[in-house]
Amino acid sequence: SSWWSHVEMGPPDPILGVTEAFKRDTNSKKMNLGVGAYRDDNGKPYVLNCVRKAEAIMTSKKMDKEYLPIGGLADFTRASAELALGENSEAFKSGRYVTVQGISGTGSLRIGANFLQRFFKASRDVYLPKPSWGNHTPIFRDAGMQLQSYRYYDPKTCSLDFSGAMDDISKIPEKSVILLHACAHNPTGVDPRQEQWKELAAIVKKRNLLVYFDMAYQGFASGDINRDAWAVRYFIEQGINVLLAQSYAKNMGLYGERAGAFTVICSDAEEAKRVESQLKILIRPMYSNPPLNGARIASTILNTPDLRKEWLVEVKGMADRIIGMRTQLVSNLKKEGSSHNWQHITDQIGMFCFTGLKPEQVERLTKEFSIYMTKDGRISVAGVTSGNVGYLAHAIHQVTK
Amino acid sequence: MAASIFSAVPRAPPVAVFKLTADFREDGDARKVNLGVGAYRTDEGQPWVLPVVKKVEQMIANDNSLNHEYLPILGLPEFRANASRISLGDDSPAIKENRIGSVQSLGGTGALRIGAEFLRRWYNGNNNTATPVYISTPSWENHNSVFVDAGFKDIRTYHYWDAAKRGLDLQGLLDDMEKAPEFSIFILHACAHNPTGTDPTPDQWKQIAAVMKRRFLFPFFDSAYQGFASGSLDKDAWAVRYFVSEGFELFCAQSFSKNFGLYNERVGNLTVVGKDTDNVQRVLSQMEKIVRTTWSNPPTQGARIVATTLASPQLFTEWYDNVKTMADRVLLMRSELRSRLESLGTPGTWNHITEQIGMFSFTGLNPKQVEYMIKEKHIYLLASGRINMSGLTTKNLDYVAKSIHEAVTKIQ
Repeated sequence: SSWWSHVEMGPPDPILGVTEAFKRDTNSKKMNLGVGAYRDDNGKPYVLNCVRKAEAIMTSKKMDKEYLPIGGLADFTRASAELALGENSEAFKSGRYVTVQGISGTGSLRIGANFLQRFFKASRDVYLPKPSWGNHTPIFRDAGMQLQSYRYYDPKTCSLDFSGAMDDISKIPEKSVILLHACAHNPTGVDPRQEQWKELAAIVKKRNLLVYFDMAYQGFASGDINRDAWAVRYFIEQGINVLLAQSYAKNMGLYGERAGAFTVICSDAEEAKRVESQLKILIRPMYSNPPLNGARIASTILNTPDLRKEWLVEVKGMADRIIGMRTQLVSNLKKEGSSHNWQHITDQIGMFCFTGLKPEQVERLTKEFSIYMTKDGRISVAGVTSGNVGYLAHAIHQVTK
Repeated sequence: MAASIFSAVPRAPPVAVFKLTADFREDGDARKVNLGVGAYRTDEGQPWVLPVVKKVEQMIANDNSLNHEYLPILGLPEFRANASRISLGDDSPAIKENRIGSVQSLGGTGALRIGAEFLRRWYNGNNNTATPVYISTPSWENHNSVFVDAGFKDIRTYHYWDAAKRGLDLQGLLDDMEKAPEFSIFILHACAHNPTGTDPTPDQWKQIAAVMKRRFLFPFFDSAYQGFASGSLDKDAWAVRYFVSEGFELFCAQSFSKNFGLYNERVGNLTVVGKDTDNVQRVLSQMEKIVRTTWSNPPTQGARIVATTLASPQLFTEWYDNVKTMADRVLLMRSELRSRLESLGTPGTWNHITEQIGMFSFTGLNPKQVEYMIKEKHIYLLASGRINMSGLTTKNLDYVAKSIHEAVTKIQ
């Protein structure tokens, strides 16, 4: 008999499972609005020009394949911190931060989660917005933390339940951990406005909460990297020493290269060194040291002025196409004769849109129209093109009229 | 502002092997030699990107149909299948019977960690953190941390290195296995034991397997040097394949860091051998969940290079050739070092230098002698006396041999 007879079959991952079901579908009109990977207006993956140029530079340099340090490529981690914090940031200039390279957003979040489990003795509780990215919960749980939530999304208005959020956050026990999406909230696309961010900063400061930002879409949300990092920078300016996970999967299209970074803002540079030494102790038994390729591409782009300029244009291009598709979806729904209020589709920001569709409606979209999305009604707007937005509007109208 | 929540975070000691390289870099002495970290060096003392890797990378760069999309959670299918095939053999009964699984991982370390996390959750009951995990004395120092961080509470050692006779303490090893609680997990080095370079012979492996089978002990192989050790992929995989032929269910964590020279691309594979397809499928489904919260999905670049190479008969032959180049140079350095020490009349016996296998040699130098080597001779090696054979070159052989001679004769 086997050692594994009692091992249960794990449920398929809800997000990535959608793509697998999509692949099996033979309907020529099928649409994949599941996983959040950007597509161009032809529905194709988009390799950024600045990425191709960076790769050409790398190939010409004929570099060796020697191990990176445990904390990753220094040019990359420094540029990553500067991108998030801003070159004029006091925290950045004073060196009172540590940034380590992580395996894209997931790996960066996990390093931080493990760090909290080991060194943040004040609390085991991590407060997530309701809803949050599906993988947040198992990441923190596997790291040994406990999950709680605060109100965030209002399904009645398909927008932010700000008073609910403020109410819940004001009751979070002191010294708990609170996770915030820096921009382009996943899955809802609902972000606080700047005045609301200011109030959030005040309340977390008052409650003495440890703030953990997840920033997976800097530049990708509004098209402006500074605007998308505004909340992170504001919190730090208010004296809140945050934790931050960054991903370059979407904003540089580096998905499979796994480029990301984890940052801890510290009291001073000496503390940052101590924290860094402990992060390395956590990383070494996970995978020893990080993969070079994606970090090198990102570093080349961020540190080469021409390529950085080109990147800013390209990331704005992606953001603009998404915004354009939102507008077209709403106008097409109106054309279909839908009487519902679809304003939230254009109010929301980033790759995802919480349509407000119910699970039964989502199931119909999949079964009758071969349109694939997660059953919470989330669509990846990146999967919408000028070629299929009409079909999508038609299908949504059919299941909601 | 309130005191920092991190004010109590202590400074952790640096990982020894990386500190050694850092110290080496800062050393201004022209004679300096780095025999520390385990990465291959050419006879010019330079890192070596394998010619076949350069070729395949160019192919990848020229292929405009390739993009940077996410890989599946378990990794690139062509990589996974070929990587496991390399370890288990083309004619493996386990592959024919469709009872193997593979998880592309971040290097050998990542493969070990995924396997360890899975075992902690699902082996010997559910979430049984008390299952003893046995690691050889000595072993790669990170083995301990991997299993501790995966949640195991009872990490033990098994006898391995006999310092007096500078060889394998087989009896001690077998005794430990006899005494180990049933179902204990044993970390076995598939070949080129790190740090001792001392492997069991096929006969000795048979004895080990017999005890493990009788006592229901779980074999978790660490295979970081396949091909690199002897120059033969089959020879270096003999132990793993023997265990499979004896009907064991096992894990094998494979690294392609050394044998493909792909260190910083983090290319590894966890091979799972089970009793049947159904069991393996369920195991993989649970490993997927573990991967998803650790790194979501693995990096593409290294896996593409390895998959492309292994899948093409022509490229595979070129790769095999490159691997043999590395293995042969290491073998040459072993025989050259030994003959110099014997010519110098350095006290002690030095046949272990050529009898040991792989990248490392356990010289037998004690910590004081090692300190002498570093401080007085600017030759960097680990306090355990472990040297990286590929840090030796025709240019530095004489200096290293003379220095070892001095250390052994001057310091006790």
